[in-house]
Amino acid sequence: MTRTQTLPDATGHFGPFGGTFVPETVMAALEELEQAYAAARRDAAFRRELTTLLRQYAGRPTPLYFARRLSRTLGDIRVYLKREDLLHTGAHKINNTLGQVLLAVRMGKRRVIAETGAGQHGVATATACALFGLECEVFMGEADTRRQALNVLRMRLLGARVTPVRSGSRTLKDACNEAIRNWVTTVRTTHYCIGSVVGPHPYPRLVRDFQSVIGREARAQILAAEGRLPDLAVACVGGGSNAIGLFHPFFRDRRVRFVGVEAGGQGLGTSHHAATLVRGRPGVLHGARTLVLQDRAGQILTTDVLAAGLDYPGVGPEHAYYRLIKRAEYVAVTDAQALKACALLSNTEGIIPALEPAYAIAHLAAIAKRLRRGSIVVVGLSGRGDKDLPVITERLLG
Amino acid sequence: MESIRGTFERLRRARRRALIPFIMGGDPDLAATGQLLLTLEAAGADLIEVGVPFSDPLADGPIIQAAATRALQRGTTPHQVLQAVRAVRPRLRAPVVCLTYWNPLMQYGRDNGQAFLKASRACGIEGVVVPDVPLEEAGPLRRAAEATGTAVILLVAPTSPPARLRAIARASQGFIYYVSVTGTTGARRALPPQLMEGLRQLRLITTKPVCVGFGISTPAQAAAVARMADGVIVGSALLQAMGQARSRAGAISAAGRFIARLRRAV
Repeated sequence: MTRTQTLPDATGHFGPFGGTFVPETVMAALEELEQAYAAARRDAAFRRELTTLLRQYAGRPTPLYFARRLSRTLGDIRVYLKREDLLHTGAHKINNTLGQVLLAVRMGKRRVIAETGAGQHGVATATACALFGLECEVFMGEADTRRQALNVLRMRLLGARVTPVRSGSRTLKDACNEAIRNWVTTVRTTHYCIGSVVGPHPYPRLVRDFQSVIGREARAQILAAEGRLPDLAVACVGGGSNAIGLFHPFFRDRRVRFVGVEAGGQGLGTSHHAATLVRGRPGVLHGARTLVLQDRAGQILTTDVLAAGLDYPGVGPEHAYYRLIKRAEYVAVTDAQALKACALLSNTEGIIPALEPAYAIAHLAAIAKRLRRGSIVVVGLSGRGDKDLPVITERLLG
Repeated sequence: MESIRGTFERLRRARRRALIPFIMGGDPDLAATGQLLLTLEAAGADLIEVGVPFSDPLADGPIIQAAATRALQRGTTPHQVLQAVRAVRPRLRAPVVCLTYWNPLMQYGRDNGQAFLKASRACGIEGVVVPDVPLEEAGPLRRAAEATGTAVILLVAPTSPPARLRAIARASQGFIYYVSVTGTTGARRALPPQLMEGLRQLRLITTKPVCVGFGISTPAQAAAVARMADGVIVGSALLQAMGQARSRAGAISAAGRFIARLRRAV
């Protein structure tokens, strides 16, 4: 057993990160969730039900697609895309929400709440709730309800209530605050379905476990396709769930280098970025000790980047830990680079990515020439671009 | 100046209950903070909670959130709030405790709270309430507080199971902060019916003073809570009363009148 197999520790810490920094009112519910999850993990029926849903309903396994034209365009490397964009609802988020909603049912909770940025987690939660007949309320920053209007409509059609959040920067950070406040009030009957590897223990571990299906499949698929492990795994990081899902199953494969790509917005020299792992300092946000974008006095900064799903001043504590122990490297690319990568992938492969994974593609494009010839790269293609078409077309074609 | 323990002992001997108003440091402005402390004591406050504003106050409802946002928009820093308390501290008898969140507290000296607690103690602050630090994470805070002689006041909630209740009651210093409702701070029309039973349960396991906060807004509610608790904490309703005034002076006198009215009930 290596160290991450035993991480987080029993109190939810990844080294100095993680933990449970929440109001006392929800502590009992977190304990209940931890116990329910521990029991579910040992229960073959639960595992079978989740696996069946992932296969028959969500569309797993997703292909690991060799992107021949993209590879050739970038240089002498072999790029594989882990196609989470092909899942039901259009992104990796469904892996987690099916797991959590199954847990909610086990715990007898009839109502589920969620926060959402790009709306993908909100849609995935609303979908799982519709599937199980649970009441669903999604908190979404008002600014995000506008730039991701299509997802708001999808959630409503799925029967969820979408509550716009008008405090702070009116984006994901504020949606998280409001979801936690609502949970503090409704905790006896409600499960809070967190959408990323953030929040208090046990969420970072729980969401990582549900998302690790990405990396487990990718590992087997690349071995089958190439007969060896990749040199590099690249994924975008907002809260960090698709990146941890891809990285974690390769943790012990020390030769596989991890690069997490954050949204650099208009550049790290401006205040318009969300490069938490690159520029943040240790702090506490939304229940966990992690890296946080904050001012000198510890006030959380508002972020402002093109991709709503990366527009967040915190990050999962496990990423902060990977950075600390230098297991992963974290970088930032600008919105403009991401838009260009969107066009690149659309033109070379006929795949329109969501804005979020476009940051990962953009970073790969930037470093491809420096990679050793014949390098094998796995990129987490976390979602598809339908939701972003208005923004992408306005910025690229308009 | 009295200690928290001294205040509760004196009140117990007199068979009186503590009235504990909450104000947000820097709201409506920093000059008002010191004046409010003096006015609240004159109106009958036995202990006063001063908030250090944080950008993302998870445990707070809309009224206290808005007060924090206003204070931050004026550029209020934790240091300034501490200095505002210090300026009037010699003229106050009532102990002052500080309510804030873990991030601004730990960032003050980037040292897990040691620098903040040293500074707050030097400004005459007797205790801290940090609603996002539950017992499990309270180790660093408690160690830093112990070094300065500051009380770490812990919260119990209606959802705290018996074993947690006992552990928190044992560990809390100064008093135990009983959260009356399953929810965030904010004035409510009615208090939950289970409140009295919850307080009775807590009384069975501790002799420490128990003060009740979250949701108390009227003299009648305060009087009902005072029958079962050692103290009544009022925040949102006080800020609401202040918010109706047009000027700083008006807000301060509104605060005084509001607390005097509650004083007659408690």
